[in-house]
Amino acid sequence: MANEQRLAAMTGNEAVAHALRQIDPDVIAAYPITPQTDIVQYYSQFVSDGLVKTEMVTVESEHSAMSATIGASAAGARAMTATSSQGLALMWEMLHIASGYRLPIVMPVVNRALSGPINIHCDHSDTMGALTTGWIQIYAESAQEAYDNAIQAVRIAEDPRVLLPTMVCDDGFITSHGIENVSLLPDEVVKGFVGEYKPSKFLLNISDPVTVGPLVLPDYYTELKFQQAEAMKAAKQVILEVAEEYAKISGRKYGLFEEYKMDDAERVVVVLSSAAGTAKAVVNQLRAKGEKVGLLKPRVLRPFPAEELVAALSGAKAVAVMDRAETFSTQGGQLFTELRAAFYDAPKRPLMRGYVFGLGGRDTTVREIGKVFEDLRGDLERGSVSEKYTHLDVRV
Amino acid sequence: MRTLKTAREIPIGALITEAGNSKDYKTGDWRSMKPIWHEEGCVHCLMCWVFCPDVSIKVENGKMVGIDYDHCKGCGICARECPRKEKALEMVKE
Ligand code: SF4
Ligand code: SF4
Repeated sequence: MANEQRLAAMTGNEAVAHALRQIDPDVIAAYPITPQTDIVQYYSQFVSDGLVKTEMVTVESEHSAMSATIGASAAGARAMTATSSQGLALMWEMLHIASGYRLPIVMPVVNRALSGPINIHCDHSDTMGALTTGWIQIYAESAQEAYDNAIQAVRIAEDPRVLLPTMVCDDGFITSHGIENVSLLPDEVVKGFVGEYKPSKFLLNISDPVTVGPLVLPDYYTELKFQQAEAMKAAKQVILEVAEEYAKISGRKYGLFEEYKMDDAERVVVVLSSAAGTAKAVVNQLRAKGEKVGLLKPRVLRPFPAEELVAALSGAKAVAVMDRAETFSTQGGQLFTELRAAFYDAPKRPLMRGYVFGLGGRDTTVREIGKVFEDLRGDLERGSVSEKYTHLDVRV
Repeated sequence: MRTLKTAREIPIGALITEAGNSKDYKTGDWRSMKPIWHEEGCVHCLMCWVFCPDVSIKVENGKMVGIDYDHCKGCGICARECPRKEKALEMVKE
């Protein structure tokens, strides 16, 4: 039975800050950046008010934020940080060090477009670029999901089968600053769920000394990367197990992705995060007219649930994959190309086209997503896609 | 040749879990030049031991007894500092 929860109106950033407060990590080292800023600001308030025991380290840059978090985590602390956009970019070399050292750091990332030109609004160019850094990536549609994912991420990252750092992403301004109803679990329930962090090897354990971060040459580097890849594979099962346990305390169910009205859907849109909410409204409108349309919203991009996505989309006839970031490969967005690759071995492949949309905070409304479903109708009638990948709502 | 461990045998995250392990790291295979010790020419002054940056000069009871080729990197400092020069320590191609 789900617990007594407190329903409150709050922004995504406030919801994430409350998740962090309830987790009460040993160390948070962070630097403020739009639109992540209020997560750090709320948390500073919690520290000042004595609501948490966290050692808060205010650093001079995101490179230092990630470095201090890595140091704290290697020392044996449950350590977290949060960032956006340029901040994530500045962390870059340290992202690989966190994953290479297998430190279970949890980091909320509020998605924002990368400069240049400078832009503070939402797209996914920041975290899409970080897909190869060895971090688990989980995306949220709403403030509620951002809150729920942050709590689950602690258990996923720290699972002995995984031990990988984890980004929990939500959409800048749209989710981070939009006010929604959020159900907060009681503090003690969250504390019980995440439990105490008990690393098996850590620097401050003087009775079992270890070296962290030695030079590794060609004789062992491959084996260590293989270990990371194995851990990422194992994470898929762990994510599902943690979600199942979380459903028991919250009543909210999560998977590797969400299927919305997919049962008999012929035309399907695949899209991450807040745009999925808009797509649901379009699906509802079209369903009311009797059209067989559905939505698939990926939640986990690393590890990439290729087999599961293929199975879920195997009944579809035409699929549109929407990416909120360019790759400049000239072949479409990251999700589009990965999903197409996943279908390479599938016996039955739907028509599939890609869209790059919503860049730099460009509003994507029911009108644009309605057009995507219209394009899919045309493709179905023609029996082929009119354009493999295109930019949605661009003036040319 | 040393045997290398597999991905499942080594600790994760490149952790080194034993202290004092540098002796297990055999740097001898970096060598292109090799010092050869000629006992008959050696006066056991131990200048080679003092200068060797890799603790690769073996000494017993105050006397030079040989070279630890598992760790000697072949830098040639010992041969250069040896007062007996080629009579006691000579560098040859590996
Ligand atoms: S420096 Fe030369 S003479 Fe002196 S102990 Fe070493 S090998 Fe012998
Ligand atoms: S060659 Fe260099 S490393 Fe080898 S024994 Fe001489 S001084 Fe030491």
